[in-house]
Amino acid sequence: MPSFVNPEKCDGCKGGEKTACMYICPNDLMVLNPDAMRAYNQEPDQCWECYSCVKICPQGAIEVRHYADLAPMGGYVQPMRGTDSIMWTIKFRNGNTKRFKFPIRTTAEGSIQYDKTPATGSLDDALLFTESAGRATCKPSDFA
Amino acid sequence: MALPNKPTAELLAEPDLSKVPVQEFTYDALIVGGGMAACGAAWEIGKWLPAGSKACLVDKASLERSGAVAQGLSAINTYIGENSPSDYVRMVRNDLMGIVREDLIFDLGRHVDDSVHLFEDWGLPIWKKHGTDASKKLRDGGEPVRTGKWQIMINGESYKCIVAEAAKAALTSMGYDIHERMFIVKLLLDANKPNTIAGAVGFSVRENKIHVYKAKAIMVACGGAVNIFRPRTTDEGKGRAWYPVWNAGSTYTMCMQVGAEMTMMENRFTPSRFKDGYGPVGAWFLLFKATVTNGNGEHYVKSDAAKAELAKYTPYGQAAVTPTCLRNHLMLFEMKEGRGPIYMDTAAALNAFMDAKKAEGMNDKDLKKYWKELESEAWEDFLDMSVGQAGLWASMNIEPEKVGSEIMPTEPYMLGSHSGCCGIWVSGPDEDWVPADYKWGYNRMTTVNGLFTAGDGVGASGHKFSSGSHAEGRIAAKAMAKYIRDNASFTPTLKQTAEELKAEIYKPVTVYYENYQKTTHEMVNPNYIKPRHMMERLMKYTDEYGGGWSPYYMTNGKLLSIVMHHLQLLREDSEKMAAGSLHELMRGWENLHRIWCVEDHLRHIQFREESRYPGFYYRGDYNSVSDVDMDQGGWKCFVNSQYDPNTGEWKTFKKKLHNIIAV
Repeated sequence: MPSFVNPEKCDGCKGGEKTACMYICPNDLMVLNPDAMRAYNQEPDQCWECYSCVKICPQGAIEVRHYADLAPMGGYVQPMRGTDSIMWTIKFRNGNTKRFKFPIRTTAEGSIQYDKTPATGSLDDALLFTESAGRATCKPSDFA
Repeated sequence: MALPNKPTAELLAEPDLSKVPVQEFTYDALIVGGGMAACGAAWEIGKWLPAGSKACLVDKASLERSGAVAQGLSAINTYIGENSPSDYVRMVRNDLMGIVREDLIFDLGRHVDDSVHLFEDWGLPIWKKHGTDASKKLRDGGEPVRTGKWQIMINGESYKCIVAEAAKAALTSMGYDIHERMFIVKLLLDANKPNTIAGAVGFSVRENKIHVYKAKAIMVACGGAVNIFRPRTTDEGKGRAWYPVWNAGSTYTMCMQVGAEMTMMENRFTPSRFKDGYGPVGAWFLLFKATVTNGNGEHYVKSDAAKAELAKYTPYGQAAVTPTCLRNHLMLFEMKEGRGPIYMDTAAALNAFMDAKKAEGMNDKDLKKYWKELESEAWEDFLDMSVGQAGLWASMNIEPEKVGSEIMPTEPYMLGSHSGCCGIWVSGPDEDWVPADYKWGYNRMTTVNGLFTAGDGVGASGHKFSSGSHAEGRIAAKAMAKYIRDNASFTPTLKQTAEELKAEIYKPVTVYYENYQKTTHEMVNPNYIKPRHMMERLMKYTDEYGGGWSPYYMTNGKLLSIVMHHLQLLREDSEKMAAGSLHELMRGWENLHRIWCVEDHLRHIQFREESRYPGFYYRGDYNSVSDVDMDQGGWKCFVNSQYDPNTGEWKTFKKKLHNIIAV
């Protein structure tokens, strides 16, 4: 089900510093044509249909058309991803529609903090820096 | 057709190498990869590196959505919780037919929950049991929804984004670097100190430039190998691989090429999944208690014939939980007997829940609400991690409450973190309970000094999944810091010059520009081979001779010797690999990585004179499992292999298995 770009909606991210779909695609498939100021999927048969480009596109310009060699035409799955939830619309070939909404995150985006104080433990034992003795330092003989 | 022939991609590769800059970097620690294991290492390493150290994470993609969890997940498959690490070892050992590194698995089992607790702190929604306090975190005694003994359910669409945000926060807080869209293709050994890692080299897929890294310690964790056997859908649909299609075996090949000892590379994973869409079956089996039937509607796993098949593989086949490969074996048995297809009976499963509620006297309004929840859970399982399967059901008008769906074993994959265990031979924890030949000072270090791995990279230690890979990345990161502390005076020195490395990496570009005008069709040229065709050829021959899906995963010694010959020719032809764009250059190097790791996979299968994983592969000439110890000439042992970077020779050999946890 490779992704494809609707040329009426894609604005090439206005030629900004980064083209969202090109930035995110884990397989380097989405690419901007700077003359047309439109993005496209340059290798549809290597698309994992992970929807990363669909979810990130600020214009909602990217959709997915099912893999031609396995799926009959007409099925459609489209997400709207917010900061704390995602809404999915599923349209069946026969026209039936379902909608689902799921939470995706309980904290604000960008809220994860890292305290750069060095770990207080020993580099020569098994403990990771957020762990304390117990389960993390057990041995097989503890369960004999 | 536009004549004359010329490259058409947006980001063209530069044929004039004098215009391709080489940037050189020196770090203490280098993390190669961007998935769960690499993010775990990024989170941990800054806390332990000596003050003033420098580190960098290099990712072929963009950290936010790279790796196997890019799409999300609907469950965390390894959370020990109320269980013991010893029982975790027992489960993994039986599923992987007895031959595993119990030290590594036990070690993982004692650390994995800490990573899960961090995920929840960072914002990953974890389902809590009905009727319990949903806001109570796992670390405070919150009760997860357990689907099996080890699995917990999550709302995991943003799982990777969250874990990547934490990794980035750690790296940037420490003042470390992150290089995205930089594809590392080769590791570099030290010029002076034998068998010691000194650096790595790669290129940008966004601009024409090379990065040469020097580092005291390197962790390589860039996943398993996909698109190495012919997929069942061969045109557009070959992208719909079960494992991420961008995993090109780079972890195995790069470590192998510098001499790292490999282990259990004969192992592969051939998952049985919803046919064509490759949607997950775990939740259907575990959460919805669905059963599988053959084409006649029979619950074949309960048949006498199935029991007799399992008895052939005692003790593994007769354990309470049938190993994954043997479940495939039973499925293939039905299919070969003409009793296919295999169905997941989704309708009976969902209706059983409804019938139970009706029997309890639930009123129609509440039943309707209950159904909405059930339906939503069923669809979320796909939408969280395999959207394509939801798309296929929509295309086929499939409503799971009305009709079952076919299940089918896929093409084989190589991996070490899921229900497979091929990978690299690494040191276990430096503790007294670990056998002497399982440890050499630094946890998760390969047999090459300073070279570490985690996740799919670590062999003989499967069933880590996402959480375990993250925890293992952290374990490896701490050991890297220890190695760096202990080798403070070591200054990595490269054997090759920057110019030599550049010429080698850009060779496919040179080949392309020397020859592209000698044809009127980009893909047809007697002087070069395109990366796409290398992959197609690889997949054809591995499938036909190496036990792919088309011969029902069957091979033998003779067939293997034929495929080895084809691989040899393919490797020779790779010298004529041609790339006109940066994207194609990436594909070229990926496919070179694929060829090497598959060659090692088949060498191992050739060496091991038994069929250790029935259902994943069979050797027709040795079609049974031998549980005789290696000292008595049997195969209850590891098979390891090593490529010698000095001589170019491969050796494959047996390695002693130790039983640490009692049966």
